[in-house]
Amino acid sequence: MLALPLLAFLLFTLLVPIGALLLRAVQNPEVAHALPRTAQALDGWDGKALPGALAYAAVAADLGSLPDSADAGALSRRLNRDAPGARSLIMTTFRAMPFAPGLSADEAQRKLLAIDARWNELAYWQAIANNTSTWTPNYLLAAVDLRRGANGAVDRMPPDERVFGTILLRTFGISAVVTLLCLALGYPLAWWLSTLPARRANVLMILVLVPFWTSILVRVAAWIVLLQREGLVNKALMGIGAIAEPLSLLFNRTGVVIAMVHILLPFMILPLYSVMKSVPGTYLRAAISLGSTPLAAFFRVYVPQTLPGIGAGGLLVFIMAIGYYVTPALLGGANDQMLSYYIAQYTNVDVNWGMACALGALLLAATLVLYAFYRKVVKAELSLS
Amino acid sequence: MKKPSAMLPVFPAYATPADKLGWWLLRAFCVAVLAYLLAPILAIIPLSFSSSSFLAYPMPGWSLQWYHNLFTSPDWVRAAKNSFIVAPSATLIATVLGTSAAVGLSRGNFRGKSLLMALLIAPMVAPVVVVAVACYLFFARIGLADTYLGLIIVHAALGAPFVVTTVLATLQGFNHNLVRASLSLGAGPLATFFRVTLPVIAPGVISGALFAFATSFDEVVVTLFIAGPDQSTLPRQMFTGIRENINPTIAAAATLLILFTTALMLVLEWLRGRRH
Repeated sequence: MLALPLLAFLLFTLLVPIGALLLRAVQNPEVAHALPRTAQALDGWDGKALPGALAYAAVAADLGSLPDSADAGALSRRLNRDAPGARSLIMTTFRAMPFAPGLSADEAQRKLLAIDARWNELAYWQAIANNTSTWTPNYLLAAVDLRRGANGAVDRMPPDERVFGTILLRTFGISAVVTLLCLALGYPLAWWLSTLPARRANVLMILVLVPFWTSILVRVAAWIVLLQREGLVNKALMGIGAIAEPLSLLFNRTGVVIAMVHILLPFMILPLYSVMKSVPGTYLRAAISLGSTPLAAFFRVYVPQTLPGIGAGGLLVFIMAIGYYVTPALLGGANDQMLSYYIAQYTNVDVNWGMACALGALLLAATLVLYAFYRKVVKAELSLS
Repeated sequence: MKKPSAMLPVFPAYATPADKLGWWLLRAFCVAVLAYLLAPILAIIPLSFSSSSFLAYPMPGWSLQWYHNLFTSPDWVRAAKNSFIVAPSATLIATVLGTSAAVGLSRGNFRGKSLLMALLIAPMVAPVVVVAVACYLFFARIGLADTYLGLIIVHAALGAPFVVTTVLATLQGFNHNLVRASLSLGAGPLATFFRVTLPVIAPGVISGALFAFATSFDEVVVTLFIAGPDQSTLPRQMFTGIRENINPTIAAAATLLILFTTALMLVLEWLRGRRH
């Protein structure tokens, strides 16, 4: 079977890593991996009073047998998210390890408290006890601003911790605005091109394809040059007297939308154009000759025939827009970043891979649902050629 | 409504002045949209020849110093070298595997064909940041992070679907009796592929390869995640440059990239013209 080499190649390079990412979104491995004895000792602990000396001894034994500081680092970062301060607590304790063998539980407890008195604080023990299971729905719940309460019931995050709802709304909002603008700019152009003789349409199509093929980074750089305070756009607007002061067009929503529409517009024009080429002009002429006004004929006869193109172009642009990272990262401000930015942020800066993977799973799911719609509209595989 | 024949439209007799005005407004709108598409790309080119270090008009004079900077900067030279290592290697892998898969897929229907097709197209659909994070986490575990090999295979995977779809499109009009004839006349399967099938589908294969090349050549998100500083490519160098301090050296690099990708596109359009 000739497709098998490519399938095997894609499995190894993309599909298995993406599968691992989806698994990672529901995994919580750090505590279970680093503190297995403690997890056992805390099994059945009610969490209301400090655990017994055996739990202290288990912590000492677990931390003492960690192979290297990377494991302690991962554990400390994980606990620190639930109980601020846990990072220094774990790392200080880890560096004082291991204890002499054959220590009694009470002695271990005393020595731990001597290293760091915070081992007497309930919050750290609760953080450990809450994270002993390897599997967790918490990251996925957090990605949509939900959490599990003490009794296991799912409810909404407290208002000041609801961050991802805003980010999701912003991602979909920016994508919707970009899609509508692409349609508003692309539809008339595609229609005009489709009415031209083939030779002239092809020449003008090259003008659409040049930006399509130009590197996204080049276009972002070009927009920075054009949109800056002393840029051509501000100079031109001031020259014609439209504005008195230079507008701030960069590092805000305006810049992001202008550049995203520029990058995604060809993806709207190409499907529209190919559908419009196949719509015969005779229906429109028939409608007009039967007494319809040109405008009414256009919207009631022509536009419905181009709906497949509108659907394909719109969905394609929207699907691509919700995954955008580079353009908002370089042209947007702090309040213009989209979901991808936070996935990158959680991966590289916060090193919270569970959260990064949960947000990634969410983005992937949204993309696949939209793509299923796209397939219903287009009835063919995605193709740009 | 009306078909313009040349520069001036021939309005039908029933067209009212409002219709004519509407047509001209539409046309002005379209020219404005085309200007919006092209203006930024055209605007950055002259600035790369500016004698000023500010990326702004009017330019005080002309200079080639930014090209000199570009060609003598170790970072940019290394990035260019890396791009021309990674993109052709990724293209080669994507083209060989993608063409083979397309030929296999075009041979009639079988169970699970649409699932197989969906899997082969997946890299085109998956958000690139998800691919980047997935590979970042996975490759770190198996020792492929910060390596050329890791970067090349992910770029190849991202480019392969373009080869599959373009070659499949070319194969739609392919007469499979040619293959049967060749095989029955005693040619082996390999000889048949290289001497019968490949010459017919070559334009599709080359188009797909160009798409795969452009995909890798313009890829920045995966590169940001899984490449070390030694594997930095041109787009990644541009990304860092824009983020830190945008200067005319970036305009010079941008100008060369515009020329290069426009040339690629013209080759592709020429091939498409030949295919029809």
